[in-house]
Amino acid sequence: MLDNLIRDKGREGRRGFTLPRFDVEQANLEKILPKESLRKEKPKLAEVDEPTVIRHYTNLSRKNWGIDTNFYPLGSCTMKHNPRANEAAAAVPGFAGIHPLQPESQVQGALQVAYEAQDLLSEISGFPAVSLQPMAGAQGELTSILMVKKFFEDAGDEERTTVLVPSTAHGTNPATATMAGFGSKEIGLDEDGCVDVEELRAMVDETTAALMITNPNTCGVYEKNIEEIAGILHEAGAFLYMDGANMNANVGRMRPAEAGVDVMHYNLHKTFSTPHGGGGPGCGAIACSDALAPFRPDPVAERDGEHYRLVRPEKSIGRVSSFHGNFGVFLRAWNYIKMHGLELKENTDMAVLNANYVRARLRGTYRIPYDGLCKHEVVVQPPKGKKALDVAKGLIDHGYHPPTIYFPLVVKEAMLIEPTETESKETLDDFIGTMLELAESSSEDLQEAPTSAPTRRLDEARAARQLKARW
Amino acid sequence: MAIPEELQYTKTHEWVRREDDVATVGITEHAQDELGDVVFIELPEKGASFGVGDAFGTVESVKAVSDLYAPVGGEIVEVNEALNDAPEKINEEPYGDGWIIRLRVSEETDLLSAGEYEKVLEEEE
Repeated sequence: MLDNLIRDKGREGRRGFTLPRFDVEQANLEKILPKESLRKEKPKLAEVDEPTVIRHYTNLSRKNWGIDTNFYPLGSCTMKHNPRANEAAAAVPGFAGIHPLQPESQVQGALQVAYEAQDLLSEISGFPAVSLQPMAGAQGELTSILMVKKFFEDAGDEERTTVLVPSTAHGTNPATATMAGFGSKEIGLDEDGCVDVEELRAMVDETTAALMITNPNTCGVYEKNIEEIAGILHEAGAFLYMDGANMNANVGRMRPAEAGVDVMHYNLHKTFSTPHGGGGPGCGAIACSDALAPFRPDPVAERDGEHYRLVRPEKSIGRVSSFHGNFGVFLRAWNYIKMHGLELKENTDMAVLNANYVRARLRGTYRIPYDGLCKHEVVVQPPKGKKALDVAKGLIDHGYHPPTIYFPLVVKEAMLIEPTETESKETLDDFIGTMLELAESSSEDLQEAPTSAPTRRLDEARAARQLKARW
Repeated sequence: MAIPEELQYTKTHEWVRREDDVATVGITEHAQDELGDVVFIELPEKGASFGVGDAFGTVESVKAVSDLYAPVGGEIVEVNEALNDAPEKINEEPYGDGWIIRLRVSEETDLLSAGEYEKVLEEEE
């Protein structure tokens, strides 16, 4: 059952509050405001009593389906649980109540967190320099590629016009290249689902600015030739950028700088447990080599003896966010990293183990297009004749949020499953049992699903063709 | 899946109908089935020219966005403007009202027969 909008509840004139009588003379709005600032008609607000408001929003919240209520194996999404200790750290009044324009002397603690967060991300990636400024992964990508662009401008090299992107890449990669003023070219895959090194060798030339690689890639496969790939690019004077969206499969096990990467972005909300979903706020911190460090966005935190301050890197591309980035987000990441320390490696191992357990147990019933050891997520295909969409809808009736479907685009009927590091074997066994059961269900039965959700299947095509975003 | 005998095909799932030097191009029934419900199509301008294999437009479905590749080269003499308002025609009648462009052919390459295209589909499975 769908709820009515709150505006359609209640009746005209009903109120949930009483304002005191005016004890001053009422002003005539037309006399004190310019005509163009006055509304032509009254806003259509809900006219409801307080219990109706509470019931309306409480009932809506009970339909919320997320990690706090159910297992949520959405792929290309990474870790989902928000440890409550992070929230406690972020709620400390000294952090929660500060203003971004307070003088440095009053916010030394916050600047210390920024400095230490930079330092920790530097240690984890192996890079000497970090910026916490980008507010999301895609902005981290753009920041990185703008730094590459500025590097070539600074070097007087005007020939670098192309950014290479593998066919498995996130859609934001070619979009980033275009936004930064480069053309993008796509590279195909080898039979393991990795970047085709021979194709890359043939494509790289003096016009190549960078390759944008995701590692592990969106099929959940580790790019085994990453060092060779870095070598090919460096020989041509180009950079290797790594999309760190899947960094939670590397932390403690692989440092991108040591694999030959020049610049990368992290998603703190995907790798260090800061809240995500619903579009933010996020943090797309970047880490880079000495060659690119002078081009980092303004500002970065620096330590001068016992004093912390914000400085502008020498050849900075400028600001990419207002004030100092999403402080509340990198504060949570700092807390998470400090809390786990070297045990972060075990979180990585658990995420990888869980994905491989799902892969091993679904094999034989589901098709596994890249059936080697996967990293933190696994791509499967339903048995022949069944659609990923139908299996996904069937999962809803069993109390699961469906995995990502129809991505990555290179796999037909793809279901991208990412169990994450926080789930127990019992939870995984229940989920796998349901997946196996759904594979045995008839296509006709599956096409009926979901039957237990507030709505049956929505007409996605009509919603996209006749977009109605207001009423 | 229907694969009409009188048409020619590409490995990228476009079909071609030749009438003298004009070629009508669309996507196959298999292609529309793989894509799912089409919600938007980006069509080229009349008068634009494309070489064999060039991307001449994009088709967006609820699942994915895909490029459309020219099976023959030439100048666009007509585009199916009706698809702007009714992209679902590509799903409903891929070989009929769902046609996409007409080209005056100036460059050709070997295309697949219906039988050969059927084999391509079998291999993909």
